[in-house]
Amino acid sequence: MSKVFIAFQLNEDTRPIIEAVLADNPHAVANESPAMVKIDAEGQLVIKRNSIEELIGRDFDLQELQINLITISGHLDEDDDEFKLSWLN
Amino acid sequence: MDMNVKKKKLGLKEKYAHMTRGLDWQTSYQPMEKVFPQATFEGIKIHDWDKWEDPFRLTMDAYWKYQAEKERKLYAVLDAFAQNNGHLGITDARYLNAVKLFLTGISPLEYVAHRGFAAAGRNFPGVGPRVACLMQSVDEIRHSQTQIHAISNYNKHYDGFHDFKHMLERVWYLSVPKSFFDDAFSAGPFEWMIAIGFSFEYVLTNLLFVPFMSGAAYNGDMATVTFGFSAQSDEARHMTLGLECIKFMLEQDPDNLPIVQKWIDKWAWRGIRVLSLVGMMMDYMLPKRVMSWKEAWEIYFEQNGGALFADLARYGIKVPECLTQCTEDKEHISHQAWATFYQYGGAAAFHTWMPNDEEMDWLSAKYPNTFDKYYRARFTYWRDEAEKGNRFYSNTLPMLCQVCQIPMLFTEPGDPTKICYRESEYEGEKYHTCSDGCKHIFDDEPEKYVQSWLPVHQIYQGNCFPDGTDPTAEGFDPLAAVLDWYHFNNGHDNLDFEGSRDQANFAAWRGMATKNT
Amino acid sequence: MAVQALKDYKFSPADAQEKFHGAQLLYVGWDEHLMFCAPFAYCLPPNTLFSDLCQKFMAHSFGYHPDWKSVDFSKVTWLKSGQPWQPDMSKTLAELGLKHKDVLRFQTPGLKGINGTCS
Repeated sequence: MSKVFIAFQLNEDTRPIIEAVLADNPHAVANESPAMVKIDAEGQLVIKRNSIEELIGRDFDLQELQINLITISGHLDEDDDEFKLSWLN
Repeated sequence: MDMNVKKKKLGLKEKYAHMTRGLDWQTSYQPMEKVFPQATFEGIKIHDWDKWEDPFRLTMDAYWKYQAEKERKLYAVLDAFAQNNGHLGITDARYLNAVKLFLTGISPLEYVAHRGFAAAGRNFPGVGPRVACLMQSVDEIRHSQTQIHAISNYNKHYDGFHDFKHMLERVWYLSVPKSFFDDAFSAGPFEWMIAIGFSFEYVLTNLLFVPFMSGAAYNGDMATVTFGFSAQSDEARHMTLGLECIKFMLEQDPDNLPIVQKWIDKWAWRGIRVLSLVGMMMDYMLPKRVMSWKEAWEIYFEQNGGALFADLARYGIKVPECLTQCTEDKEHISHQAWATFYQYGGAAAFHTWMPNDEEMDWLSAKYPNTFDKYYRARFTYWRDEAEKGNRFYSNTLPMLCQVCQIPMLFTEPGDPTKICYRESEYEGEKYHTCSDGCKHIFDDEPEKYVQSWLPVHQIYQGNCFPDGTDPTAEGFDPLAAVLDWYHFNNGHDNLDFEGSRDQANFAAWRGMATKNT
Repeated sequence: MAVQALKDYKFSPADAQEKFHGAQLLYVGWDEHLMFCAPFAYCLPPNTLFSDLCQKFMAHSFGYHPDWKSVDFSKVTWLKSGQPWQPDMSKTLAELGLKHKDVLRFQTPGLKGINGTCS
């Protein structure tokens, strides 16, 4: 199974996002570099709106991810509730 | 009675459907094929343009909203950088030379990408890709502008930043990235999408923007890391577009497969050649290094590219053949490229230098199979000679590859002690290439590459001197005339870092920043 | 395979010999001496003596290398387009049949660059 990844800038906006992603995807691993964090996961990675909202205490639109997103790998499927990356092989 | 019911907002999928479909029309007084003349000549067959879907499902209203927010963040940082003498916070003035290469070699390409995606958006008959190309076109001009704004702060203080636009169309090493984009832009819209949308964005920009920008942060360059990550946040969308475009073509018609495969093979190799410059930026031009070029290559090309090609195998796509050579090349190209710029440092608009002992130890540790065996003795010799006042500058122009336009510096597969020579003949004329990959590209479309504007040949034809130059005059100095034509400030922009005005100024200003005298 | 294009696609080569004001291009690389990162490109009149190529032009380009002073041209072996080739020092490029954009490599057995690393 191939790995997908997503990388974010490291800042106060992304801290709860990263926390939510790691909680929702126990197989994911966070790798920090200067100014950024890259989260790698076998097969697929799901980012859930609800989990982020619980941590930040306000409504969150998954499209807000784009502001601090650095890069992704894998096929993306995004709707109102989930931002999902996966490889189909 | 339903007056008080709060109207539910459209979901993302519905909104995307409403805002990217049905926006076009069938022409009546001109046939569609005359309105979209570029849609078919490349041989790609599309049956249903509505099958195109942007997985981000981004619509123009959301696009403006989030892009505006990115801009606000970026310019706040740039203001802070300028107001607080951010340029003195970098690790070492040698670092600035990586930024010079970025500004002159990459930022103008962002502008070409802006034009190319505007053209692709115009030429595709489908609304979905037109909307996506429009957004990418606006992104690309934003990147160009933000990079110029960010780097203009350095232009106030340091050499070599003053005339990137003029240089792009003239300087020998800038012909490498320029010809890459010219090659793509002069193809049809589908090949453009593979060249830039897929190979450049999906397969390669990670290597440019992610580890290098993290390196910028590590070296204290707040300006560059901010524009870099701001740009890369758009790249995530561009990569998705590139991948979507590939899947779309492959799903629309089985006849598209061989054409798509040919373009993937060509553009993966073209891109890898351009990245040689990034390899040396990472291994040699960052005073503090996050990871080696080889490590970055393994993460972002071998693992990520490998996952991608494994995935595309279900469509019949194969890993480009030329890539097997890259596994060998990853241990060499950064050293070979830096050796080249070091010896032609008299004709570059940035400074070069030899690594110190500690840096050479780092290179040995990161490249245990190659650095000590092939490169350390050469670099140590050059450094020792420079200390004796005999710094090496090559005094003769190099032979260039007809396709990638890089000097013929790459070595033979399996033998890093010998230069790789490849030769083709077309209509009675000889053409030389640096590798099997470039030769294959030449042989496939020789009519295209016979037109290459090779800087070395242009200099010899007498086309690279300022107007009114008389090359037959006594005491004519061709190198000085070429540098003048390049708009280089000879003696300040070029030559070794040691003894440069940048080195002296940075040391003096940093001294002033930390002391009261 | 031809270029796919909307119209006739025919352009004259950018580097045809007539654009070089009576001179021709000749490339020369020194095998196993990668201190010179790439072969050199020379633009020379066809009546240039091969001995001048070696003693003047190449000496100017390659002379920085400590091995250069040990090069014995009577023992040098040559390749033209990768095939063995034997020049006559007293002849001109034209007399030797060297054409525009020919590529030569020369090999100096026994000389292996800095510390024997082919540098």
